[in-house]
Amino acid sequence: MADAALYASADRVFRRKKILAFGLPAVILAYLAYIFFAFDLPGLAERARWDNARTLLADTWSYKTHVTRDNRGGGITVAIEGERKGEYPEGITPDWVAPQDDGAVRVALKGGQEVMLLPGNGFRWEVPGYGLIEARLEGRDIVSNLPEDGLPEWISASSSRLQVTTDGARVSLTRSKTELFRYFPGWELFFFTLDSPYHGHGLGEILLGAQIDPARGNLAGAWRDFWGNAMWRHSDVAWALFETLLMAFLGTMGAALVALPLAFLSARNFAPLMALRFGVRRVFDFLRGVDGLIWTIVLSRAFGPGPMTGALAILLTDTGSFGKLFSEALENVDGKQIEGVASTGAKPLQRYRFGVIPQVVPVLVSQVLYFLESNTRSATIIGAITGGGIGLLLTQAMITQKDWEEVTYYIILVILMVMAMDSASGWLRRKLIKGN
Amino acid sequence: MTQTPDAPHDPRGHYMALMAQRRLYGGLTLALFALLMISGFMLADERNAGGFWSGLPQIFDFPADVIADTLPKLDRLPGHLVRYFPALVETINIAAVSTLLGAAGAIVLSLLSTRGLARWPRLIPVFRRFMDILRAVPEIVVALVLIFVLGGGPVPAMLAIALHTAGALGKLFSEVNENADLKPVEGLSSVGATWLQRMWLGVVPQVSPNYFSYALLRFEINIRASAILGFVGAGGIGYELRNAMAWGKGRFDEAAAIFLLLFLTIVVFDQLSSHVRNAMISSKKGGH
Repeated sequence: MADAALYASADRVFRRKKILAFGLPAVILAYLAYIFFAFDLPGLAERARWDNARTLLADTWSYKTHVTRDNRGGGITVAIEGERKGEYPEGITPDWVAPQDDGAVRVALKGGQEVMLLPGNGFRWEVPGYGLIEARLEGRDIVSNLPEDGLPEWISASSSRLQVTTDGARVSLTRSKTELFRYFPGWELFFFTLDSPYHGHGLGEILLGAQIDPARGNLAGAWRDFWGNAMWRHSDVAWALFETLLMAFLGTMGAALVALPLAFLSARNFAPLMALRFGVRRVFDFLRGVDGLIWTIVLSRAFGPGPMTGALAILLTDTGSFGKLFSEALENVDGKQIEGVASTGAKPLQRYRFGVIPQVVPVLVSQVLYFLESNTRSATIIGAITGGGIGLLLTQAMITQKDWEEVTYYIILVILMVMAMDSASGWLRRKLIKGN
Repeated sequence: MTQTPDAPHDPRGHYMALMAQRRLYGGLTLALFALLMISGFMLADERNAGGFWSGLPQIFDFPADVIADTLPKLDRLPGHLVRYFPALVETINIAAVSTLLGAAGAIVLSLLSTRGLARWPRLIPVFRRFMDILRAVPEIVVALVLIFVLGGGPVPAMLAIALHTAGALGKLFSEVNENADLKPVEGLSSVGATWLQRMWLGVVPQVSPNYFSYALLRFEINIRASAILGFVGAGGIGYELRNAMAWGKGRFDEAAAIFLLLFLTIVVFDQLSSHVRNAMISSKKGGH
């Protein structure tokens, strides 16, 4: 009899385990299947722009130099990334761009190829494995030796535009200009722009070599040109990083300062008035419940874009979180220490100072430091919404959709910043809590 | 200060000297902190478009506008709530899927980076660094890049949050794994179990309650994150909020409905998850 009951209960346990072991994965799978259709994953492959991905990936580790012939004036400009800031001064071209006597320009490409930009608004390009491509503008139409159809996909041609893209270069001919891109690896002009006398000089040469710019000392001049680099804007980027850190610091510390006294009012063992406790707790819940996103929107209407708005948004959200955490920590304090302090005749404020604060400080400091680290990340996001700090630079660079090497640079900086904050807060935590 | 070899028996003086030194250090730290706060405040104030003091009186202007727009059209509010409910569901779905995927990734990463459990002990630092990087990248960065490639919609947000979640939970999970009892693992390996079997049968049953509790906390955080990512173009309620904000003054009643939905969702999930976690803790205590 006892055996039968035992078997029955064992069977029950096993049945429950079986249901759990098969049921839970089944539920998750069913949910994922629902998501598969709800998020329209089958349609994603169509919507995805893989050419965008390719541009992005190529741009992160390479840059392009534009050689442009204006079809009206006939002038040639050579500019890195096609930006004014990266333009070569007139009369100076890189050695792979060679103007000819007859007005044509010979542009050398990788692997011994060359493209001739012809004076009559056209170009000639011998593409290996395909053959000679010749095109020119006649009147308002583009005429080329290409066949009407059966073009490979790297050539796109119409009467108003012809574009040929190969591995390391791209040529496009439109009514207004002929433009050639040639790709090079690296981040060009990262240290000095072309107008700086230090462009093309190595670190050793600047530190130890002869004076390059007669008007300035090498080190000071190089630093000024680097810091004021118009292409990469190093000083602006440094400011933006600093602003982001400032937002996180002011927000987190401000929230801790506001939350601490309020937490006393909402802790069961310190606030005798239940109504007050209830009220303060609801304030905390409200601050947390109105998400950081909503606070950011509300505050940016009042204060405009900038680091103060971000700091206040962090402050408001985290006051709620800190209030809850701090009041829980306060409810867990040991009453004996307070009694001991009280027995020496300490007044209430002294009881708090010597009986309570020493017990809760390690918990509070550790929470604050955790938040400081995660708020560095939040400050990046808030900066993207309100417009401040590195978040703003990042979104701006992304919206233009061309400076992906800058985006990569910012991303690397953000990652380094967050990791540095992570280790700094970990170091401080160990120092302050275990050291004492 | 008065401590000299001639007066070795002055514990009171010694104590007072130590206290004075300690107070000095404490005071200096506090002063430095106050200085940092004040100068930081002034700097932030200066670099902000609108100053703190001039903005302070306007802080309620926007909420007042929203309320003023909503009150006369209060009868339309339920309609707005119903209209934006699907977007809210999308936001919650993004959070749920990314928590699921992220937690699955985190389990694998954490097992691979815990001493004593790792499949390839030499690669522990590699997996740890990898998780650090996943954690350090703000979701918005990944989301914006993916939006550029995949187009708008929930998928970029889902992937971005899932990656971040894998890093964040992975760290917490590996702390949990470190406290796991290794005896079941040894027992399993003595009968020739593979690494996967050892982990699945020896470790995961021990740690799954803790995993679950952390994942639940993360889910809460992810709801907020998915709302924010919507605001930068990745579907869901955040996207609708941005559109509703663009209507401008006089038509903020739709924004009010979205604020309300978002607020209620966060509060509900906050309460729900703390309730579940409390229930789990108390059942654990009762069981032992």
